[in-house]
Amino acid sequence: MEWIVASSVAAMTAAGIYLVLSLRTFTVVIGLTLLTYATNLFLFTTGRLAVNKPDIITSLDAPHSDPIPQALVLTAIVISFAMTAIILVMAVRGYFESGGDHVDLLGPEEVVARERQ
Amino acid sequence: MHERLAAQDAEKAIAHRLGLLDRPISRIEFDLVLFRRDVDPAALATEVATVDNGKIKKRRKELTACQSSLVFVNACQSAQPECPGRFPEQSFIRFGQQATGHAEIHGVNPEQNEASGQFCDANSLAEMEAADDQSRPKRVKGCYFWAQPEMRPPRPRPPRPHPSQKIPIGKIRPAWSKNLRLELQNAMGRDSKTSYTPAAVCNHLPTTSLCDAVNDGSLMSLILIVLLPFLGAILPALMIRSGRDACAIATGSVTTLSLALLLTNVPAVFRGETIRNDWTWMSRLGLDIQFFVDGLGLLFATMILGIGLLVIIYARFYLSENDAMGNFYTYLLLFQGAMVGIVLSNNILLMLIFWELTSLSSFLLIGFWGHTPAGRQGARMALTVTGCGGLALIGGMMLVGHIVGSYELTDVLASGDAIRQSQYYHWVLTLVLIGCFTKSAQFPFHFWLPHAMAAPTPVSAYLHSATMVKAGVFLMARMWPVLSGTPEWFYVVATTGLITMVIGAVIALFKDDLKGLLAYSTVSHLGLMTMLLGFSSPLAVVACVLHIINHATFKAALFMNAGIVDHETGTRDIKRLGGLFQLMPATAIMGMIAAASMGGLPPLNGFLSKEMMLEQAAHTAWGGTTWTLAVAVTLGSVFSFGYSLRYIVQVYLGKPRDDYPRHPHDPGIGLWLAPTLLVALVITIGLFPETFVGTIVRTASFAVLRSSPPEFHLALWHGMTPAVVMSIVAILGGSLMLVKLFAVRTQWDRLAIPEAKAVFDSAIDVLASVSRQVTGGLHNGSLQRYLFATIATSLLVGIVAFASHNFEHGTRSILRISPAVFVGWLLLLGACGLVVAKHNNRLFALIVVNVIGLIASLVFIYFSAPDLALTQISVEVVTLILMLLALYFLPKKSVIEITQFTQIRNGLLACAVGVCAGGLTWATMTRDFTTISEYYWENSIPGSGGKNVVNVILVDFRGFDTFGEIMVLGIAALIIYAILDGMLRGPMLAKLKIWSSGEVYSPNRHPIVMVVVTRVMLPLSLMVAAFIFLRGHNSPGGGFIAALVVSIALVMQYMASGFGWAAKQVRFDYHALIGAGGLIAAATGISAMVFDLPFLTSGYEHFHWPIVGDFELSSAMAFDLGVFLTVVGAVMLALAQLSQLGESTNREATNDEPMDYNPAVPHERRANSRRAKGH
Repeated sequence: MEWIVASSVAAMTAAGIYLVLSLRTFTVVIGLTLLTYATNLFLFTTGRLAVNKPDIITSLDAPHSDPIPQALVLTAIVISFAMTAIILVMAVRGYFESGGDHVDLLGPEEVVARERQ
Repeated sequence: MHERLAAQDAEKAIAHRLGLLDRPISRIEFDLVLFRRDVDPAALATEVATVDNGKIKKRRKELTACQSSLVFVNACQSAQPECPGRFPEQSFIRFGQQATGHAEIHGVNPEQNEASGQFCDANSLAEMEAADDQSRPKRVKGCYFWAQPEMRPPRPRPPRPHPSQKIPIGKIRPAWSKNLRLELQNAMGRDSKTSYTPAAVCNHLPTTSLCDAVNDGSLMSLILIVLLPFLGAILPALMIRSGRDACAIATGSVTTLSLALLLTNVPAVFRGETIRNDWTWMSRLGLDIQFFVDGLGLLFATMILGIGLLVIIYARFYLSENDAMGNFYTYLLLFQGAMVGIVLSNNILLMLIFWELTSLSSFLLIGFWGHTPAGRQGARMALTVTGCGGLALIGGMMLVGHIVGSYELTDVLASGDAIRQSQYYHWVLTLVLIGCFTKSAQFPFHFWLPHAMAAPTPVSAYLHSATMVKAGVFLMARMWPVLSGTPEWFYVVATTGLITMVIGAVIALFKDDLKGLLAYSTVSHLGLMTMLLGFSSPLAVVACVLHIINHATFKAALFMNAGIVDHETGTRDIKRLGGLFQLMPATAIMGMIAAASMGGLPPLNGFLSKEMMLEQAAHTAWGGTTWTLAVAVTLGSVFSFGYSLRYIVQVYLGKPRDDYPRHPHDPGIGLWLAPTLLVALVITIGLFPETFVGTIVRTASFAVLRSSPPEFHLALWHGMTPAVVMSIVAILGGSLMLVKLFAVRTQWDRLAIPEAKAVFDSAIDVLASVSRQVTGGLHNGSLQRYLFATIATSLLVGIVAFASHNFEHGTRSILRISPAVFVGWLLLLGACGLVVAKHNNRLFALIVVNVIGLIASLVFIYFSAPDLALTQISVEVVTLILMLLALYFLPKKSVIEITQFTQIRNGLLACAVGVCAGGLTWATMTRDFTTISEYYWENSIPGSGGKNVVNVILVDFRGFDTFGEIMVLGIAALIIYAILDGMLRGPMLAKLKIWSSGEVYSPNRHPIVMVVVTRVMLPLSLMVAAFIFLRGHNSPGGGFIAALVVSIALVMQYMASGFGWAAKQVRFDYHALIGAGGLIAAATGISAMVFDLPFLTSGYEHFHWPIVGDFELSSAMAFDLGVFLTVVGAVMLALAQLSQLGESTNREATNDEPMDYNPAVPHERRANSRRAKGH
């Protein structure tokens, strides 16, 4: 099972990094979202994998998974939502400010100018 | 939640052991030392009870790391007939929660050995030491205990001796125990009748804190002295609205208050005590808020605050209507606080912070007239030079801390030998001296000071007489016991001082600008002080201390005087002045007296210290010759007298001219009051030195020397000494120089010495252009380039780290794969590929990404994390809505613009990082590990009454983190609001209004089916949210998830019926919701503090209600409610604001009705409302 999770992390990271390196804001946000999934999953796995052992106390001796990474990841999910929202809104604002959705806030003419260089 | 360790047992044990519980006590004085190796000293605290007039006063004393876990308890009880007669059990000694370790108590009656097992007496300590048990308490020498059970009236306390006065050792501290006195005598090898000074005793005492008559200042008054100017800095900025007088009075009051607080310490300091205030801050870094005041600190702090007060008065009348007086006073107070901080710091790191603050605040002051190029350049130059010096000083002080092993100044000062013998001594000396020389404008860094004269004159009077430039001298004096005494110190410091003194005096003579003359004179006098400190002889230090006082008085007076001349005549050019005596006699007399003091004429105070300096120079050999120094200082004095005489003669004497830019006359009292007070000091100190400054000079010298200064007597006449001869030579030579000024000047101009400012400017230009090229070359503003570099570097670092260690495969057993998981995995891989391949179709990519998100939540639920799965799925929905809203505004497709080469390059990097991340995950999962989570698992129910450990961690164990997190969320929402709100006004709104997405949307905007369904869902969703919220403590759920569910339900209403309608239905403000959430969470935390528990400690209680049955309520629930409200507020604020943006675009008008076709509304009304909207 472990290699399935590991390869999932790998796939999501690779896709995320590739998209983050692109030129347009929305694509970068998509890439960041993928990276977030990968990171959260990795953090989660630091508590190791456990099936059918939720951290709900039925008896103190019951087998359970590690609650700490879960609590950390829960926080991370919420915070990364906030950050995604901010970046998205910045992208919208940047689009209206510059007239284009280039990550460097270049307008359409400037993009052309840069390509010519 | 947090365990309260059994501190009371410790109290009882000690109290019992002392026999305090059942016996009346007349007087107790004891010092007690507790130590445990594994205890963080910062967690230790004692509470000491004092019984005074029958009332019990408690005070709390925090310990600092530097006191190395020394719990210093000093309790004193005087016998009063109405006194309770015994210490109440609870108020006796309270230990910090972890301090229930071992206590070592010396001198207790051995037969009363009733201490509990937690305490370790001397015998068992010896056993532990013999067995080399690492957990044993450290033996701290010199702790002792002394109790007198019998009743007897308190003895009157004899007055404390002056530090320099010799007294029999037995009488130094009558309260000290006999044992300690014996120990001292043994250490010093003499009998009790020999006389010692307290300073000599200090060297033999086991700990300095015992020796220094530590007054732990229960009022924290020292911290207040430093903090007051900082806190007060806000006042002038506010009070300026009430007028300039109110502003000046407010500023003056702050300084006066601070000065008054400082002066309350005078009696104790004059008795030879050192008063300390400690406050734990960052003990692990060795940085605590520690202040102390000894003679040197007192002298400087008094000058800073006293002259500060005079400058505030002077500035009120000096600054014109156009100057922003509020800003000026604010800067002045900031500077004042920083300076006082430097001189009172007992921690060298803290001192460095204040040191940098003075550089910054003086930048603001020097550049106060920022409209003039000279003001800007002068301020920049001062900041550059003193700032670079500050950097060097940081390095030097770090080394000092490294050598000593402590950043506490008291410890540093006690480790002079260690520092001088260290291999780093030369580095320390160089770096610290660079800091001091730049600050005190010593050659070759002297050039910034004259350029700083572009500041308003009150600033010059303040910064360049008493304070900033003296900070360097102060630091040299402070570090004198540690750094001086070596040939390196002598040759570097004394020679630099000498050169500075002579060069400053020479240039000053030729300056035509009054303030320029005074500036170079200041440079010269600073050189004089530096040279005296360099001599390393005690009497030279005394002379230096005296000159610090004298220079502050006459130089501040002179600057103010020059300011008056400038103010009244409109020029400070000496060539345009002269004959002012007849026009403004009062100003002239002040100026002439102060200048005479500067030149060293009797009977003024400048003469006293100058004589002492000449005397010292005459008796000090330099490079094997005895006459070098004498000749050089005489030469300096000649020029010094020359420029002083020039100030008198060419400004005030002679015939009045008729071409002054303005018609001069004596100013009002506001301007002459401050210099007059200073001139009065100049005269009185000159006439009665021993009476006025004898004590402070002795006390300050004692603080510098760390021992009593040799016998000296301050007086104008000591007989026909070499110094008198040198003075006469200086006076004659100076007068001659002024007579022949023209000829001398011509010679000087011929030397064509390069101007420092030009050199400085060209050096700065070169540096700036180099850094511009480097920065411009690396940073072209392309996000891609930065990201690629960052990611590639991280990858490289990771690979290097991996390659430099051995790798072994993990041994943890691996779980079996189930078919469902395999299918999910295939889906996920496919989705990832699809996103990358089709990312130019944004809507498609968005949906595929959400599929991945859903698979992630399935992963969580499969691997026993139901809370995570719930959170992930609800966040996923909210994110999707948010992204769709954003996508509405953004282009729906992207063109692939990057070249194929870049695509391949990015792809390779992405794959490499992906493989590494996957490998890391694999390596992590296949290894066994130890976790601290068992603690949470076991304490979840007893501590918080919750069965869902993840939730309990979030709202209870790590509640403070969660508190921070919801704050972040709230702030994020506010940022979003701010970004979008800016688009709804001004030119952005105009852009928005003509913008159209260009897409064709369904005319059926608010379909009835969707409206009805969402309406029906709303109460159901709220119900589910309530359920999730309430069960959160024991089952998967909680405030976060409930909040997201509610948000989704609410957003659905917006989606179904449009923003126009939905916004009208909202009865509460989302901002307020965020605030309320934060407040509730904070209130829950603070309410724990009401019960004397740490912040956010939770409590819970089981209840039984007839029908409902058994249930429990916990304070963590209230906290969770705060989380809930903040999250709802934040999410809704962001989404609602984004959808409001759509309202402003060029599209169909918003609807007021909940749906397009509402069958419940009669046909006519529908038609009316449509017509009204222009359809």
